[in-house]
Parts: sequence; C-alpha cells; structure tokens
Amino acid sequence: MFGKLTLSAIPFNVPIVMGAVALMVLSVVAVLALVTYLGKWKYLWTEWLTSVDHKKIGIMYMILAFVMLLRGFADALMMRAQQALSYGSNMGYLPPEHFDQVFSAHGTIMIFFMAMPFIIGLMNCILPLQIGARDVAFPLLNNFSFWLTAAGAVLVNVSLAIGNFSRAGWLAYPPLSELHFSPGVGVDYYIWALQVSGIGTTLTGVNFIATILKMRAPGMTMTRMPVFVWASLCASVLIVVAFPILTVTLGLLTMDRYLGMHFFTNSLGGDPMMYINLIWIWGHPEVYILILPLFGVFSEIVPTFSGKPLFGYTSMVYATMAIAVLSMLVWLHHFFTMGAGPAVNAFYGITTMIIAVPTGVKIFNWIFTMYRGRVRFDTPMLWTLGFLITFTIGGMSGVLLAEPPADFVLHNSLFLIAHFHNVIIGGVVFGVFAGVSYWFPKITGYRLHEGLGKAAFWFWFVGFYVAFMPLYALGLMGATRRMDHYNVAAWHPLFIIAAVGAGIIALGIATQVLQLVVTFIQREKLRDTTGDPWNGRTLEWSLPSPAPAYNFARIPIVRERDAYWDMKKRGVDLKGATFVPIHMPRNKATGFIMAGCMFVTGFALVWQIWWLVIAGFAATVATLIRHAFDDDRDYHIGADEVRKSEALYGRVKAGSV
Amino acid sequence: MSNETLVMHNGAAALKPGYADHAADALRGLRQSGDAVDFQVEHHHDVASTIQLGFWIYLMSDCLLFSGLFATYAVLHGHTAGGPSGAQLFDLPSVLTETMFLLFSSFTCGLATLAMNANNRNATVGWLGVTFLLGAGFVTMEVREFAHMVAIGAGPSHSAFLSSFFTLVATHGLHVTCGLIFMVVMMVAVMRKGLTETNRARLNCLSLFWHFLDIIWVGVFSLVYLFGVAH
Repeated sequence: MFGKLTLSAIPFNVPIVMGAVALMVLSVVAVLALVTYLGKWKYLWTEWLTSVDHKKIGIMYMILAFVMLLRGFADALMMRAQQALSYGSNMGYLPPEHFDQVFSAHGTIMIFFMAMPFIIGLMNCILPLQIGARDVAFPLLNNFSFWLTAAGAVLVNVSLAIGNFSRAGWLAYPPLSELHFSPGVGVDYYIWALQVSGIGTTLTGVNFIATILKMRAPGMTMTRMPVFVWASLCASVLIVVAFPILTVTLGLLTMDRYLGMHFFTNSLGGDPMMYINLIWIWGHPEVYILILPLFGVFSEIVPTFSGKPLFGYTSMVYATMAIAVLSMLVWLHHFFTMGAGPAVNAFYGITTMIIAVPTGVKIFNWIFTMYRGRVRFDTPMLWTLGFLITFTIGGMSGVLLAEPPADFVLHNSLFLIAHFHNVIIGGVVFGVFAGVSYWFPKITGYRLHEGLGKAAFWFWFVGFYVAFMPLYALGLMGATRRMDHYNVAAWHPLFIIAAVGAGIIALGIATQVLQLVVTFIQREKLRDTTGDPWNGRTLEWSLPSPAPAYNFARIPIVRERDAYWDMKKRGVDLKGATFVPIHMPRNKATGFIMAGCMFVTGFALVWQIWWLVIAGFAATVATLIRHAFDDDRDYHIGADEVRKSEALYGRVKAGSV
Repeated sequence: MSNETLVMHNGAAALKPGYADHAADALRGLRQSGDAVDFQVEHHHDVASTIQLGFWIYLMSDCLLFSGLFATYAVLHGHTAGGPSGAQLFDLPSVLTETMFLLFSSFTCGLATLAMNANNRNATVGWLGVTFLLGAGFVTMEVREFAHMVAIGAGPSHSAFLSSFFTLVATHGLHVTCGLIFMVVMMVAVMRKGLTETNRARLNCLSLFWHFLDIIWVGVFSLVYLFGVAH
C-alpha cells in the first residue's frame, strides 16, 4: 500500500534531526496559524499563490531562496562545528552517516534552492520592467515554474523528517549513488527533487528567452538593452542548453536505480566516469548560469552609483557571450585526475584559463566606470566593491586550479572548497545581496534600512575571509573535503578559525533578518515616493515603486541606451493624458495544482508507492488538458481604472480627461 | 516590430509598419502633446508568434536531451558485456516498416496543416486522425519489438549497451506517445471550437513537435539500427 514507506522512516531516535524537524514543523504551523489568524487565506490564494504577475512570482522566488539560505546555512554551521571539534580522540557530535547527509544537503540546497531561486527571482522582478514589458512571454508558465522549484525544495526538506537525504555529495557521483552502495531513499529524494525543480528551471529559461526576444518596448534594440538583460539572456540560453543534460543524467541514474540498468554501475559494461562527464557538462555551465545574471546586476549598480554610463558596453556584451560559449568547453577541469591524458587535460586547462580573459575585461570595465565618477557608497555599492575584490581572488585561485599538474595535488582538497566558495559567495551571494538592496525599493516600495545593511555587509565580508582563507591553507596542507574526523594537530587551529568565520557570517545573516524587521517597522520613513531613489538610468526607475500590476500604463519609446537617463535628460513628462484599457493575463491555479501533483508523484516515486505515482501523474496530465479547454484566460483593466491608478502616483496630467 | 501600432493620443489610430518612421508621427504628435513621441499609448503584441518562438526554444532543449542520450549510446554501444549486440538483435525490415509509419505520419501531419490553412475544419481533423493512426502503429510496433527482446532475454538490465538502446529508443517512443495524446486533445478542441486563433497556434506547435520527432527518429534509425547492423 505505501511502498517502502513505514513509520520507522521517521528518525525518532536521532535527537538532532528530530529537533530540526520540530523547528521546521513549528515554523510551518506558526506561518499557517498567522495566516489563519489574520484571515488572509483568500488573499494569499488569489493574489499570490495563483498569481501570474512576474513581480509577485519574483518575490515568492526570493522568499523561498531566503528561507533555503537559512536552511543551507544551518547545515554549514553544523559542518564547521563538527570539524572544529572532531580532532584526535574527540569524534565530534555528528556520526559519519549524518555528516554525509549534511554536506550533501548543504550543496544541493545552496545551489538549486538558494542561488537559483534568488537569481530567477531577481530576473522576474526586474527584467520585464527594464525592457518596457507588461509581463513575461508566458505568465502562467512562469507561475508553474516557480511552483516546480518550490515542490523540489519541499521534497528536499521532507527528507529530513521522513527517511533520509543522499549521502553521496551534491552531485551524487556513482558508483556510490548506485543502489548497491546507497540502498536507502536518500539518493531518490535527491533525484526527484532535482528533476522536478529542473523542469521548472528549463521552462524559466525558455520563458525568458522568448520574453527578451519578443517583448521589448519599441526602439529597444538588442544593443540598447541594459546589461542585466543581456546577462539574463545569456544565462537563459545556458539554462536551455545545459539543463536537459542534467535531466538526462539524473534520468539514467534513475534507470540504474529503479530498473536495474547499467549506465554507471561497475558491472555489465557500465561506466561511472560517464556520469561524471555528463553531470559536469551541465554543471560547469550551471556555475555561469549562476554568475552571469549577477555580472549583469553589478553592471547596473556601478554606473548608477558612479553617475556615469557603463564603460565599454559593447565589450561587456561580447565578454558575457564569450563566457557563455566558453563555459560549455571546460567541464573536464572538474576531474583532470580521471586520467584522460596530457593532450585532453591541456585542452581543458587552456580553455579554462581563457575564461579569465573576458572576466578580466568585465572587472576592468567596472573599475573604469568608477574611475573619475562621483561614487556613492550606499549598500549596493559596498556589496559590489566587496565582490570585485573577493571574486578576483577567487578567480585567480581558479586559474591556479586550471593547471592540471597543480590540480592533481589540490583535487578534492579544501583548497578547491575555498576556491568555489570564494567565487560563489564573493560573486553570487554578494551579487544577490547587491541586487536585492538595489532593487528593494522598486520591488516593495521601501528602501532597506541603510545602517543595518552596511553592518550586514561588513559581517559577511569579514566573516567570509575568516571562514575561507584558512581553507586555502588547509588544502595546501593536505586536508581533503568532506572529512568528519581528522588526526593532524596542525589543522585543528585553522578549523577553529574557520568556524569562527562561519559565526561572523551568522551575525551577518542575523543582521539581515533584523534589517528586514526594522525596515518593516520604519516603512513609512523608508517609503520611496519618487520611484527613482538612486537616480537610476534604466526603465524600471521610470515607474512608481512598487510598479503597478500592469507595469507601464503607456509603453515608453526607447531612443538610447540607459533609456530612462535619456528621458530625464530630454525632460520627458511621465504624466500621461490619455489611457486605454490594458490587456492582462488572469490568475490561475493550474500551475500550483500541477506542481502539487508532481510533488506527490515525486514523493511516491521516492517511496515506490506505485498506485500514487500513477494517480499523481494522471492528475498532472488531466489538469493540463482541462486547462487547454479553459478559454477564460485574460481580461482588460479599464481605461478609467488605469487613470485612477496612475493618479495615485501623481502620473496624470492636470486638466486631462 | 511590424506588429506594433502607434495610436495618437486623441484616439485616431495611425497604423504604422513600425516605430522606425515615427519621425512623421513625431511632428503630428508634438502638435498634440508629445505623448506619442515618447510613449506608445496602445500596445499589441503578437501572441501567436511568441508562442511559436517559445515552442521552438523548447524543442531545442528537447533536442539537447536527445543529444545526451545519443552520446550515451555512442559511448556504450560496444559495452555488450558478453551479451547480444545490435547486429544480432535488430530486425531491419521490421524497423524499416516502423520508420515508414512515422515518415508517412509526418506527411499526413503536413496535410493537416495545409487543411488548417485552407480553413477546412473537417479535413484538418481527418488528417490528424490518419496521423494518429500511423503514429499509434509506430508505437505498437516499437512496443512489440521491445517485448520480443525482453522475451528472448535481451532486456535493458542485461548490459550497458541494452540499457542505452532501450532508454534512447523508449524516450523517443514516449515522446511520440505524448504527441498522440496532444493530437487527440487537438482533434477534440478543433471539433468543439473550430479553427480558432488559439487552436491554430497550438496546431502549429503540434506539427512542429511531430516533425521534430521524425527528425530524431531519422537519427535513431541511422545511428542505432543501420550502424548497429553494419557493425
């Protein structure tokens, strides 16, 4: 009846896990109770959960990402604490099988359910506004993509309470991840969480390419697009190119585990190294999917806070595209130790080093933009400067790892861990925070509290260096990744310093939570009434904050790069006289229901409850077909209503009818 | 941008092929208030062509999915682990018949599109029906081939070669099955609502999908079956 699922799947006997589960369940119950107490269920359902408004979907992505940041960071603290304690006779507080789940969950959550939703959330919130569009190309698909991502995130977190998570690392290398060595449900949770959310990501990529190619305002030629849009376009192309390979790779592993096939097994002709190749053919573009949009974010922030147009727009665009292409040609540098021979390793070593060239072009472009500018050091700019320094260091350690001989020594050491956290925290995480603090007024209508934002930056910045610089040293001293215990006396102090660093980062996160609370309390004081709090250059700042549901009552005609700056220069009046009805997509529950059915299907597949698999899948298809016959998909906001709404923002010409 | 229209703010529509020659508009617009120079009051975007583009991009992602499976097959096709190889298993005449079913279904699918363009609802549904039957024939033959292989002890868990063969071919077959369901839904939709704009856009997507699967099959037929027998 319930497949492999029994009551014993709930780890009642493991106090740490049960504590975490209790905390998780209590938080969920608290949120549900609060919504009930406030009587907001209907509002939540009609205005948010079923919303096809890209701005609301973007906010939901970022809430998901922030919650997952807390979860993934809790895992990080547990690992740092374990490694600080577990030296010599002290075995620490985590048994190996639990420690292995913690590092697997940390990586999976941070990449798939923290970084990706943050980036896609930012793209959702801002990109349509920057190109002068009223929504994305496929609004309902957008809602569906979000719920698929959320369903994947829930699956990962359910594994904490029911069953266990994968112990095979964030990429589940076989043969360890094969049924023979990982007989439990952990790897299955990993597979189905990633498959469900991966479909969502692929659809997002399709959606944003179509949006950028088809929905731009008149006059916004490709070479007038903001660099964030360019970067998002390149990232979306990479998503469409790379994510199908992830789907295939995990699909083949599924065939091995569920149907006894032999793609990656050690027997009957299977080839585990093929998995490593395939997963990195997705995996390396993936890291550029993560970083490119944030290069775009920095390219928006630096000109705004320097009061100058971006230096080298064209070279920035070419560099972004060059990185996108090169990112497909370097996957083998993740496993030089495979032994493919000097010719192959040299090829991938050289392509890897070449990526440093366009990246360097970008770094210099940002620096030259600041040069002789009137630089304002608001929080977004602090994150940007922190990024410039940190990412450059991380990039250089990457070039070092691109040398096959050096990599043979450093492979899978903590030097590697230090390197990729150096670029992912210094690039992606700092970039996300820069973007959020920059666009927060546009997204919510309020500025973030500035003092606490700066404090959070310094905690993160200092904490990062304290936490990860020791890892470079440890790597050079021979410490490998994923150790739950060690006996080398010289390593111990460095692990303790790293744990202190993680603690400082924890203060940074706490400050950010505090910042959100204080911002909410002081919201009237922090309200952005102008729509353009930073003296911005691109079209999103021409709108009121937050932008109305229809974004643009009248679509701006673009004449220049930095379209809004150009409008300000020419003294274009933002007040309109005539308004016409606006065509809008209707909110639908289809995305939520289909993703819900797919969540159930995924859960049933993990536990091999076959009747539920069939029921869940059939329900998904039935919902889709029912939707195909639903013609009530759009409506018009009346001209009067638009006028009233615009009048609220003071954007109607006096005396016009 | 040929689908954009510029509308004067007093409501008198001035249809223009694009914003490119908005200079003439600008003069008139300036005389009025300047709105039409800097803003487009009324804005249309061509939904059908956006859907078509989106579907093309999706197809490309699907194409890459197959490329992963083809690459896997290319690596593993010799890994027979002492079991049977393609040359021993493949029945070329039967596969050729199967192939003909699919190729002709692509032809009839094209006839359905022509009927749609001629606004002939019944012929559209009729040709879709023929396409469906041919597609169903293809799937049936494929299932029989699989059943036969499993029955003689050459199932997918027998060797890495067989795993990659079954997965590649079955993934294509699964796509064809999805296409068949899509086709039934479209036949019902066209019967019920006629050749509406929405239905036309979806029929175009369906035919793209169907021809795409044909092309993938040509790859399967050549790389898997023909090369397999030649080896």
